[in-house]
Amino acid sequence: MSQQDALFTYTLRQADDLLILSHRLSEWCGHGPVLEEDIALTNRALDHIGEARNLYTYAGQVEGKGRDEDALAYLRNERQFVNTKLVEQPNGDYAHTIVRSFLFDAYHLPLAEALTKSADAQLAAIAAKAVKEAQYHVKHSSDWLIRFGDGTEESHRRAQEALDNLWTYSGDLFVMDAVHQDFVKAGIAPDLTKIKAAFDATVDRVLAEATLKRPADGFMATGGRQGKHSEHLGFILAEMQYLQRAYPGAEW
Amino acid sequence: MITKDRILELLDYVKDPEIPAINVLELGVVRQVEVEADGKAIVTITPTYTGCPAMDVMAADIKKELLEAGVPAVEVKMSLSPAWTTDWITETGKRKLKEYGIAPPEKTADIRALKGEQPVVACPQCGSTNTVMLSAFGSTACKALWKCNDCLEPFDQFKCL
Ligand SMILES: [Zn+2]
Repeated sequence: MSQQDALFTYTLRQADDLLILSHRLSEWCGHGPVLEEDIALTNRALDHIGEARNLYTYAGQVEGKGRDEDALAYLRNERQFVNTKLVEQPNGDYAHTIVRSFLFDAYHLPLAEALTKSADAQLAAIAAKAVKEAQYHVKHSSDWLIRFGDGTEESHRRAQEALDNLWTYSGDLFVMDAVHQDFVKAGIAPDLTKIKAAFDATVDRVLAEATLKRPADGFMATGGRQGKHSEHLGFILAEMQYLQRAYPGAEW
Repeated sequence: MITKDRILELLDYVKDPEIPAINVLELGVVRQVEVEADGKAIVTITPTYTGCPAMDVMAADIKKELLEAGVPAVEVKMSLSPAWTTDWITETGKRKLKEYGIAPPEKTADIRALKGEQPVVACPQCGSTNTVMLSAFGSTACKALWKCNDCLEPFDQFKCL
């Protein structure tokens, strides 16, 4: 794989995570459990999609085949998406939605912090823009997880259940293949074992306060970075891409 | 030939579409204004929030304002770096936000909300600091939702970034 292809793939991985998570969060629009949360989740969706747009635009430039953000978001198939399996998981109840975001946020913030020092100036600039927003995200999902875990018997049970169900998908965030290893050496991407250490610290701190038990690192459902997804991604794309597929080039 | 100073004067009329109380200069998003030999103006702006939908509108409004004032050609460039921070909102901008009913952001150095502490935010209606944050996410990407415990009015705060 050429350096150019590798940078394209690396940038796309981050963009896909953000787009798919953003789409999941947007599904709550108008259905939030309370008005403030409805607004919070749509705001978060907007932050994620904003960062995704910057990354897709950059990926398109790196690739140099004339694909823009829309072409990359709307005109690729399931197997061409390289997001983690975590972000495509269904919203479930609010505990599942919060845990999914919490696991992602605990990874995304240290990643963004590290990328601000990337040898790639554009990735660094995009990360610098996202890093403070990511702080608000961690705070939001942590607060709710603590409230659920340290809340009623029912909310505690549901939060633990969500954590147990989603934990297996967290491993996908830290998979380092050859593309990634090369970029660590070049100073473009951070070493994910370091990001994992920051993730672990956040998870342990928040779970302790939430009185929740950290699940054991058993089987991890990985493969997202290679385009292998759970059954959910296809349905997301079917909805998200419908308009551009049915009416190519439509604008409004 | 339109000068850079004239362009800055014109930018005074371009409001933030989501908070029309302040203009793009007061918001601190205008990073650079250049006028080329042929009179073409290049305005570089920086996005506030990454996903802020107002940025596209601001860029279009800047173009429209300058073209209508007789600038022969206008280009609006978007620059991500250095990243915008709420410290770039001018003092006048902060005063106007308050008058409009939006509590201005605290200094980023004092970004206590992220360290688990609530920042001290004065109610823009009555000035009381007996206030509480209801949600870090408000009506737009840049605002948090607060409530005043004294006058009981809810209000927006331009959140620190
Ligand atoms: Zn008040």
